[in-house]
Amino acid sequence: MASKKFLYINRRPPHGSIYAHESLEVVLIGAAFEQDVTLAFIDDGVYQLMQNQDTGGVGLKNFAPTFRALGDYDVNQIYVEQESLELRGLSKDDLIPLTYEDEDDDWAEKDSIHVVSSAELADIIEQQDVILNF
Amino acid sequence: MSVLHIVNKSPYERHSLDTCLRLAKPDSAILLIEDGIYAVQQNSATSSKMQQALSNHPVYALQPDLEARGVNPDNMIDGISLVDYDGFVKLTTEYDRLQSWL
Repeated sequence: MASKKFLYINRRPPHGSIYAHESLEVVLIGAAFEQDVTLAFIDDGVYQLMQNQDTGGVGLKNFAPTFRALGDYDVNQIYVEQESLELRGLSKDDLIPLTYEDEDDDWAEKDSIHVVSSAELADIIEQQDVILNF
Repeated sequence: MSVLHIVNKSPYERHSLDTCLRLAKPDSAILLIEDGIYAVQQNSATSSKMQQALSNHPVYALQPDLEARGVNPDNMIDGISLVDYDGFVKLTTEYDRLQSWL
C-alpha cells in the first residue's frame, strides 16, 4: 500500500476538552501504520506543546510527555504557526523541545518542531492527501 | 451587591472574557479558571484588556490550572493574584453572587 501524506491540524488547548488527547492517540496509530504524518499546531493548539505542564493539581492525565515519543514513530514534521505563538505572547522557547534521530544523517539529533509563518503553513496544507482536524 | 465573575474559556477561542469585562461592575471581581487562565500571559493580544480590567477589578487566577497548562507565573501580567482551591472556595463566600460565563 502506498503511503499517503496525513496532516493532523490541532487548534484546541490541551485540557479543556478531550480533542487534544484524542488527536495524539490517532496520530500515534496513524504513525504505527507507517503513513507519512505531519502535525500542525494553530490557534490555541499551540498550548498543547507548552513546557512544564503539571496536571497533578487538577487531577487530569498529563499527556504532554507523550509528544516526546513522536520522534521514535518517525513523526518529525511538526509545524507551529508563528502568528498563533505571537498573539499569545509565546515563542519556541516556551515549547517542549521535540527531537528525532535522522537515520539519513548518521542518526544526528534534530529538531522536530518548526515554527512557520501562515504563508508557509498554507503551502504545507496544500501538499497533503488527507487532512484531519482536532 | 458584589459579584464574582468566573471565566473558564480561552480568550482566543470564545468571547466569554470580553463579555464578562463588558458587563462586570467596578466593585466586582474576576476569577480565571481552566482555559480562562490563558488570559494571564503578559505581552500577548489579551494583555492590554487585562491591564485595563485590573484598574477596575481584583483579578484572580486558579494556580493548579496554570500549572496544568505549563503557564509560568513569572510571565503573568502584574497585579493578578493566584489562588488555590481553598482560595477559590473562600472567594465564593466573600461575594454575594457568582456569575460563570460558560
